[in-house]
Amino acid sequence: MNFHLRIWRQADPEASGFFQEIEACDIPAEASFLEMLDIVNNRLIEEKKIPVAFDSDCREGICGTCSMVINGVPQGPGRGAACQVYMRSFKNGDSITIEPFRVKAFPIIKDLIVKRAAYDRIIQAGGFITEHTGGAPDAATTLISKKIADQAMDAAACIGCGACAAACPNSSAMLFVGAKVTHLSLMPQGQPERRERALAMVDAMDEEGFGNCSNYYACEAVCPASISASVIATLNREYVRATVIP
Amino acid sequence: MTALDAKIPPGPLEEKWRRFKENVPLIGPANKRKFNIIVVGSGLAGASTAATLAEQGYHVDCFCFHDSPRRAHSIAAQGGINASKNYQNDGDSIWRLFYDTIKGGDFRSREANVYRLAEVSQSIIDQCVSQGVPFAREYGGQLANRSFGGAQVSRTFYARGQTGQQLLLGAYSSLNHEIKNGRVTMHTNSEMLDLVVVESHAKGIIVRNLISGEITRHAADAVILATGGYSNAYYLSTNARGCNATAVWRAYKRGALFANPCFTQIHPTCIPVGGDYQAKLTLMSESLRNDGRVWVPKKKGDQRAPQNIPEEERDYYLERKYPAYGNLAPRDISSRSAKEVCDEGRGVGPGGLGVYLDFQDAIERLGKETIQERYGNLFEMYENITGENAYTRPMRIFPALHYTMGGLWVDYHLMSNLPGLFVLGEANFSDHGANRLGASALMQGLADGYFVIPYTLGAYLSSQFGKKPKTTLLEFEEAEKRVRARLNSLLEVKGSLSSTHFHRELGILLWEKCGMERSARSLQEALHEIPKLRKRFWNEVSIPGSGASLNKALEAAGRVADFLELGELMCRDALMREESCGGHFRSEYQSADGEAVRNDELFSFVQSWQYQGEESEPTLIQEPLNYEFVHPSTRNYK
Ligand SMILES: Cc1cc2nc3c(=O)[nH]c(=O)nc-3n(C[C@H](O)[C@H](O)[C@H](O)COP(=O)(O)OP(=O)(O)OC[C@H]3O[C@@H](n4cnc5c(N)ncnc54)[C@H](O)[C@@H]3O)c2cc1C
Repeated sequence: MNFHLRIWRQADPEASGFFQEIEACDIPAEASFLEMLDIVNNRLIEEKKIPVAFDSDCREGICGTCSMVINGVPQGPGRGAACQVYMRSFKNGDSITIEPFRVKAFPIIKDLIVKRAAYDRIIQAGGFITEHTGGAPDAATTLISKKIADQAMDAAACIGCGACAAACPNSSAMLFVGAKVTHLSLMPQGQPERRERALAMVDAMDEEGFGNCSNYYACEAVCPASISASVIATLNREYVRATVIP
Repeated sequence: MTALDAKIPPGPLEEKWRRFKENVPLIGPANKRKFNIIVVGSGLAGASTAATLAEQGYHVDCFCFHDSPRRAHSIAAQGGINASKNYQNDGDSIWRLFYDTIKGGDFRSREANVYRLAEVSQSIIDQCVSQGVPFAREYGGQLANRSFGGAQVSRTFYARGQTGQQLLLGAYSSLNHEIKNGRVTMHTNSEMLDLVVVESHAKGIIVRNLISGEITRHAADAVILATGGYSNAYYLSTNARGCNATAVWRAYKRGALFANPCFTQIHPTCIPVGGDYQAKLTLMSESLRNDGRVWVPKKKGDQRAPQNIPEEERDYYLERKYPAYGNLAPRDISSRSAKEVCDEGRGVGPGGLGVYLDFQDAIERLGKETIQERYGNLFEMYENITGENAYTRPMRIFPALHYTMGGLWVDYHLMSNLPGLFVLGEANFSDHGANRLGASALMQGLADGYFVIPYTLGAYLSSQFGKKPKTTLLEFEEAEKRVRARLNSLLEVKGSLSSTHFHRELGILLWEKCGMERSARSLQEALHEIPKLRKRFWNEVSIPGSGASLNKALEAAGRVADFLELGELMCRDALMREESCGGHFRSEYQSADGEAVRNDELFSFVQSWQYQGEESEPTLIQEPLNYEFVHPSTRNYK
């Protein structure tokens, strides 16, 4: 298959970027989107040209390293991360625009690569349960209903890729923050710090410059881990609960 | 160097670890603060180490090449983690987990290490639950378990098909807590490119910042490597693209011993290779073998669609050959059996390189919903990649490179032969012998990080007060110079082929000559070919751009250059080991019915290699394996 690519090129954080047109020829239909980019890059390297910088690692949709916008959609069409997109879902001759996540809190490093350390810092603010290695009681002492465990797992499945903020017109990180707060507030072990956690994570999120949710649900639509926007409602509830209950 | 001392504590097997803990020198809380520890890696092994040591009061500098510690390859583990909790009351015990692991490893691992692993496995589950890891639960609220290959009890804990993710996020959250507390300094996008040895102790590392290209020196009282495995030497594997051997390989070149490099594991259930554009292979969790039945047509070259092949014309070869374990036979055995039937011309799918994993019976027995509940995300993943629906048509699977049991040599303390250098997780060689059982890598990584190193580190540090060197020392300067020189020489080749080109060639070579089956002849061929390939690489590789900023082509080329050296050592090791054991199957050493034939008399040892410089061959140092508590038997899964 042949594709006409428009790819964002930006040499470094300060440079002003531009769209470069690249022809991707003779691409097998079974190739994944990133394998298509690998082929393009290997050709560039062999022509001694600078390849397109993009991030990826596990290529199974779980590590969250992928961060690109394909034809306007963060992580591309279909479910899953960009590495889960296959070329057979495009038509021969299609034009494809590829650009980095556009979020102020995720500065562009080069081409399609952005820095998402802001998400790590939000977790540092409170996305944990304080415990002590070796001091835990036997795991069987606390029963957790299957329903609660399943709901917690639904939220915990977040891969931290940042697509939610990239899709949101307000660059809100509330799906990401809501997922962690929901996961930990459902678990019995997460109860003691429940209040402080919600407050600290929301503060950190604001400090990083992420916007607020105004119910577009674009985050839910693009989330490769299928995190439900209901976690945002939970986050709001937890936050209010934390502010009104001393 | 002559004999290797594994420093195994004396006494009965059940007492060794307890006695060790009771007698190991402790470092007082006020003194812990004075020690600075480098941890390279933030996967399960690295993150658990960094978090726990920091919690104890040490100052930790943690490095990873990823943009966030949460992206380490451990995140991709699917199936589960073993622990001898015996919550199912099916007869499990520490001894049984120990024995299964030793036996699964084909009696090529150390009894004392493996026993300790089985012992601390129980605390791992407690620890993870206390971090809020949402393990699967029964309706009554109890923790759920599943079975895994090589075991007849249900001892595997899991979180849907995302166990590695949830365990890593648990460790990552504790790590983040310590980052916030200021006791861990996290260095992301930072690749260790050399180990610094001062007066024969490991005391620092040289690091390249992958964004700015800056090269920096870091000194510490001890260096801990938790940098994962080297399956990507084969180019195509189930590992993440970034997994590489650079950290352990550079440590090897500074004097650390590399143990059993030829012990590599091929996983039986991966999605078959599609074409040469392919960048990696996708694992379908082994847990699928709990409910899926493996078969091929009885007839050669049978082109009928699977649903049109009647029951009596199907060969459920694992159930036939290994009635006791059936579809849950260990990985090495299942993989080789798949290769065998494909070699006979009975493989399915493109090129005949595949076998069926069929869920029809399970769906009939348990209902589609239960299967969906158990494996929904895996079925989705399979459909996404292949375009086929595994609820209605059996999956096609084929073996692929998955895990490396070999790694840097460590003693009972997890310290290498270089004092001050500790190696944890998949990067060391310690617990899995010649074959790893499913769900035991996560267990080992977390055992090493949460429960072993926090005790054993003190034994070394107690003699190291005030010995942390300054980074202005000559040893640091020279190491930095070496790193710069190597980067420059890569950039100066200015050839016209991408490093991927050579990587793929190396991968094919290793897969064919040092893969599921090896022979003296194939290994000698590889030993002849690899140096030629390496030479071509150093003459023809193209790396556009410079080292002064982010340059993925430079990163990749550096890793491939190391694989091109390690690949040779793997073949050398495989050639020296004239027996078949676990994942190391030498075609010359098999029984009449094709089973591995071990040679305990001549090869019951750890084969460790010491670097002797570029121009000379490495020397072999053996650590004999003395079985005091179990009797090495012929593995029998029939
Ligand atoms: C697809 C898949 C599924 C699996 N499923 C299971 C399972 O169900 N159960 C099970 O028990 N095991 C499973 N395994 C095996 C298991 O996941 C790994 O063996 C284990 O996670 C390795 O952990 P680790 O901490 O040793 O290394 P990793 O998780 O690989 O972490 C390595 C770390 O080191 C860093 N690093 C590496 N080199 C450098 C360098 N030079 N400089 C700086 N940093 C560096 C990386 O950034 C990373 O942080 C699976 C493996 C795969 C591939």
